[in-house]
Amino acid sequence: MNEALRVERLHKSFGRIEVLRGVDLVVAEHQVICLIGASGSGKSTLLRCINVLERIDSGRILVEGRDVTARGVDVNEIRRQIGIVFQAFNLFPHMSVLRNITLAPRDVLDLSRSEAEERAVALLERFGLGDKRDEYPDRLSGGQQQRVAIVRALAMQPRLMLLDEVTSALDPELVAEVLEVIRELATGAMTMVIATHEMAFARDIASRVCFLDDGMILEEGPPEQIFTEPREARTQRFLQRIIAAGRL
Amino acid sequence: MASEGDRRGDLEIAPRRSRILDVTGSGNDGRRGLVIALISTVIFLLLVGFAISRAPGWQEVRRAFFDWGYFKESFPEIARAFMLNVKIFMIAEVFILVFALLLAVLRSLPGPVFFPLRAFAVVYTDFFRGVPTILVITLLGFGAPALQLQGIPTSTTFWGIVALVLVYSAYVSEVYRAGIESVHPSQEMAARSLGLSRGQTLRRVILPQAVRRVIPPLLNDFIGLQKDTALVGTLGAVEAFQQAQIDANATFNYTALLAAAVLFVAITIPLARFTDWLILRDRRRREASGTLA
Repeated sequence: MNEALRVERLHKSFGRIEVLRGVDLVVAEHQVICLIGASGSGKSTLLRCINVLERIDSGRILVEGRDVTARGVDVNEIRRQIGIVFQAFNLFPHMSVLRNITLAPRDVLDLSRSEAEERAVALLERFGLGDKRDEYPDRLSGGQQQRVAIVRALAMQPRLMLLDEVTSALDPELVAEVLEVIRELATGAMTMVIATHEMAFARDIASRVCFLDDGMILEEGPPEQIFTEPREARTQRFLQRIIAAGRL
Repeated sequence: MASEGDRRGDLEIAPRRSRILDVTGSGNDGRRGLVIALISTVIFLLLVGFAISRAPGWQEVRRAFFDWGYFKESFPEIARAFMLNVKIFMIAEVFILVFALLLAVLRSLPGPVFFPLRAFAVVYTDFFRGVPTILVITLLGFGAPALQLQGIPTSTTFWGIVALVLVYSAYVSEVYRAGIESVHPSQEMAARSLGLSRGQTLRRVILPQAVRRVIPPLLNDFIGLQKDTALVGTLGAVEAFQQAQIDANATFNYTALLAAAVLFVAITIPLARFTDWLILRDRRRREASGTLA
């Protein structure tokens, strides 16, 4: 199996607060990794480091064997191959749905307008958004906006997708439609690292679940093992709190 | 974490109607409100008129400032001179829009490498916002041609325009900068995450949103610019105010100045109302999009 992503001894601080304290993670191609853990455990920061949106303090990140944190690496070229979707969608409010999606393919990949739009329309239709191409983001529901954001990332045909709590800002009744999209991506063998609070979803979709605690991956394993017989006391406590909150 | 407000940007304004444009006040009964507004305005104007006409010097002032004959006589020539104001305004405006944007972008460049450029932008805006406009105009208008350098224009109007561009760019760049900073950082992150370069992000994502938000304050600055074109007259260019003074000095009657004032107001008032309308439209749009889930 080919290695899609390797993170080694990753450290990252914001000021005097050390958010990541030596993260190690290996993701094989076509795997779906779910990162679980309390807010502030470093899930988002880890994803942003992988996409070189944050400068790391020490350690290494290899994407398909290439060190993306080395000096002189073209970060724009790296980001082209890694899609990331954010909790708050971050669509461009002054552009139509279609323009949101075609912007990067046209400006970064130098696709022609018709090529880029063809690709965008095909993706929109695949995810049930065909009739929204000319709408502006603020005319869409949160679930639709998030699906557009996923399509926007997919239009770059990334080798790896990072999803950062993509359902956390959604009303409960809109969560399912977004999870459905992610499920479809997993079926299509997309390599994904997903930070999520949706434990049932993680159990269902993950090849491997990683429990992040205090800036480190404390425990990882297949979902059945993590969710039914976690080894670490902290993992157990975290899952108990989740169960108490009715989320599992 | 990131909330609705985060996503929509920082310029959220509470639902509110324009106080000026909404003559009818708060009542649902629009016509009744309109009548009351009319009556109270008429009474107010009558009272003010009465008070002024009772002033001891009123007859004297009326003769010197409000002479219809002089007004008619001087108006065409002042209107012709006013075209110079309009010309100065139009030329200066184009250069200000471009130069100020450049300054604002310089100032928003990140990282230690760009410190000199950022510092230049800061010093520039501090300096030109601090020095009186008339001083810059006088220094440049009389100083630059006196250099007698080959290839440098000696036209006072030219140097007047240069001075206005220098001064107003400092103000306008601050307006642009406020706009740039009002675009949420998550927008930049989203663009960069797609592989767009810093320049592409600025051009495609940040600036289009920033400029849209600052159009009303920009127009506000241009109303100021239109008035300040009169300062170029101090260099000897015969624009409306200068022409009016020439007329006033010739006739010992100040009505010509009033004619010049009418011309300025005829341009600035529509601009001001247009600005109000844009702000109102913007607010309505926000409210409209705010009600959609």
